[in-house]
Amino acid sequence: MIEIDNVSKWYGDFNVLKHCTTSVTKGEVVVVCGPSGSGKSTLIKTVNGLEEFQEGDIRVDGTALKDKSTNLPKLRSRVGMVFQHFELFPHLKITENLCLGQMKVLGRDRETAMKKATALLERVGLEAHAHKFPGQLSGGQQQRVAIARALCMDPIVMLFDEPTSALDPEMVNEVLDVMVELAREGMTMMVVTHEMGFARKVANRVIFMDRGEIVEDATKDDFFGKPRSERAQQFLSKILTH
Amino acid sequence: MSYNWNWGILLEQSPEGIGSYLYTLWLGLQWTMLVAAGAWILALAVGSVLGVARSLPGRWFSPLATAYVEIFRNIPLLVQLFLWYFVMPELLPRSWGLWVKQLPNAPLYTAILGIGLYMGSRVGEQLRAGIQALPRGQMMAATAIGLTVPQAFRFVILPQAYRIILPPLTSEFLNTIKNTSVALTIGLLELTARARAMQEYSFQVFEAFTAATVLYLLLNIAVTFAMRLIESRVAVPGLGVLKK
Ligand SMILES: Nc1ncnc2c1ncn2[C@@H]1O[C@H](COP(=O)(O)OP(=O)(O)OP(=O)(O)O)[C@@H](O)[C@H]1O
Ligand SMILES: [Mg+2]
Repeated sequence: MIEIDNVSKWYGDFNVLKHCTTSVTKGEVVVVCGPSGSGKSTLIKTVNGLEEFQEGDIRVDGTALKDKSTNLPKLRSRVGMVFQHFELFPHLKITENLCLGQMKVLGRDRETAMKKATALLERVGLEAHAHKFPGQLSGGQQQRVAIARALCMDPIVMLFDEPTSALDPEMVNEVLDVMVELAREGMTMMVVTHEMGFARKVANRVIFMDRGEIVEDATKDDFFGKPRSERAQQFLSKILTH
Repeated sequence: MSYNWNWGILLEQSPEGIGSYLYTLWLGLQWTMLVAAGAWILALAVGSVLGVARSLPGRWFSPLATAYVEIFRNIPLLVQLFLWYFVMPELLPRSWGLWVKQLPNAPLYTAILGIGLYMGSRVGEQLRAGIQALPRGQMMAATAIGLTVPQAFRFVILPQAYRIILPPLTSEFLNTIKNTSVALTIGLLELTARARAMQEYSFQVFEAFTAATVLYLLLNIAVTFAMRLIESRVAVPGLGVLKK
């Protein structure tokens, strides 16, 4: 589904991604973790072309990002993305947030789009808030709307960039619950997160990044059982002690 | 100072033979409003293009827009108006130049063009600031659901940016109205020109300019009020909460 092939990226002289290679197959849930500044966000944003990269290539469902003839907006419409800070469109009502992409990108009519939006809002438990604006919802509610907005586009894969790290602790679970359910339904997911509980519950694989490199790429059991690299061991012991 | 106040002068006939002095001021106010409206529409159009162009990095049109802003912002408006009115027709091919000079209402079109293009550079700067004030993630989120860059601007970036810059836009609109008085130098009989004519014919300088001042004031109050109305109509509930 996603093939990341020897990708390197620089910001000026700074080498953010170094020869990253990995893949995510259909139905797989891959968790990406690592210390702050290690390039996790950058890596996940290269997958739908939100960040450019200088070397290597990425294929999503067989479509190569570096291929000049690739229609990036079209590809992005099939890849759902959820951001750390939600990034709902604050000037649009919740339903309009959910309909915008459906109507302008997929060409659905308003009625069809509204039906889909309502169904997804119900699914994340927010149908009562359909006519509010994002600023009137709590952080956890906004992030659930953001997930629903991505799902409205019928994505073939979902990318999450630290979806719970900007939330108050009591709201983390309501978002994780939605993600766990999604994973159990077989959605292909690539998730940057430090929520190791989530990783243990639904991840198939865990990728550990440090200083722009993929240091560890292991099945969940291997990763938590016996991480090979010292850096991953240190990282794990740090975040698991509290 | 001995000055003979005579407010009755306003109702006396002006020697131009078109009605009372007050009526000539009213005619002037109409031209002022016409120029202001035309120039403001042009300024919004030009400013929108400039603001967007300057927000897209690394393309040829961004430096071009920057050059436009710097040139139009830094040359006095009066000089620009003279350039458009007296110099530009001479630079055109002869037949075009003649056609321009013979246009009926040439001062009106020139004033709208000159003031509009000048104010456009200022509106463009405001819009660029408004766009930059938005979180970077908004553009990412918009393109992440598959919107093209023009669609992202149209549906996500600009509706927010315009809301942010409504207060400064109000003052730019008021500036546009005030700047229309410059048009008297190219012979447009707008409000200030009418007040001066009244002073010259009647020698009642205080009455003439007091009346003009009051009319400008009323116009600006009306515009301020209208912009407030727009502000409250497009206000988004809970938006203040989102600001990080
Ligand atoms: N636009 C940019 N220009 C220059 N450097 C950048 C830019 N964006 C990110 N970086 C740098 O790239 C590195 C990787 O950033 P990235 O956001 O991918 O890290 P991360 O692993 O997601 O960290 P965090 O856990 O803090 O989110 C960081 O050192 C960051 O400072
Ligand atoms: Mg990050």
